Amino acid sequence: MSGGDENADDDMAVADFRPGEIVLEIPARTEYVSFVRVVVAAAAEIEPHMDVDRIDDLRVAVSEATTNAIEAHGLRGVDDRIRIQCNLADDEVAVVVHDQGMGFEPEEVPTLPEPDTPERLLHEDGLGVHLMEMLADEAEISSTDSGTDVRLVVYSSKRRRKKSDG
Amino acid sequence: MQIVTATHHVGDWTVVTVAGDLDVVGGPDLRQAVMREVQAGRNRLVLDLTGVDFLDSFGLGVIVGALKRVRLLDGDLRLVVPEPRLQRVFEVCDLDRVFEMYPDAQAAGT
Repeated sequence: MSGGDENADDDMAVADFRPGEIVLEIPARTEYVSFVRVVVAAAAEIEPHMDVDRIDDLRVAVSEATTNAIEAHGLRGVDDRIRIQCNLADDEVAVVVHDQGMGFEPEEVPTLPEPDTPERLLHEDGLGVHLMEMLADEAEISSTDSGTDVRLVVYSSKRRRKKSDG
Repeated sequence: MQIVTATHHVGDWTVVTVAGDLDVVGGPDLRQAVMREVQAGRNRLVLDLTGVDFLDSFGLGVIVGALKRVRLLDGDLRLVVPEPRLQRVFEVCDLDRVFEMYPDAQAAGT
């Protein structure tokens, strides 16, 4: 390989490198959900303007997405790993949970009955998507029949202040 | 790690002490513990979540299921949730309007 080619490889490596990105791949087993929570929370703590309460919210949202991803792999019977990308920026932490399950229609998740009605107790599950949407500042679900990406973003206190000032 | 660490009685309430992570791993153990109590005829239950480090929708689902189960037998379920971090998870799902929550087991059993 010539020196010129080596430089091209170096350029490519630099272009691929994203500062503040952590990538985690886990077996699709429920025992790993708590591990993901620990890693994502520890990563978010690196951001100096991220409040503890917001990190707690992110832990719950990421737990929901990871649990759903593991379930999706189980339903499809695939052994592939689940990929979790965590991007730390100056004013936010963004996490993408990617699975290769069969996908679902987020719009088809049933809405929950009012809490003071007896029907509410019939819903022991189905709270996960609601929790992700309520706890993250941004929650985006992109699903096809070959997999689902859930992107969760939590803003730092600095950005939330800026937003409320603006 | 065991999710249910102990049970004791306060008045005619059975207090189930829960600890650790109430998620897809810990949740099924709590469900089993509640079934054991109900099968033994104890359907006035207090779930003491003081020692719970983490709660997500799976854990919430198990708690909703427990309430449904005891109410079918004319029983009831109360919760001890002193941690604001956990209270928030209930509030976000409007479940603070479904459950009676107390600061400690003594208050829940009286």
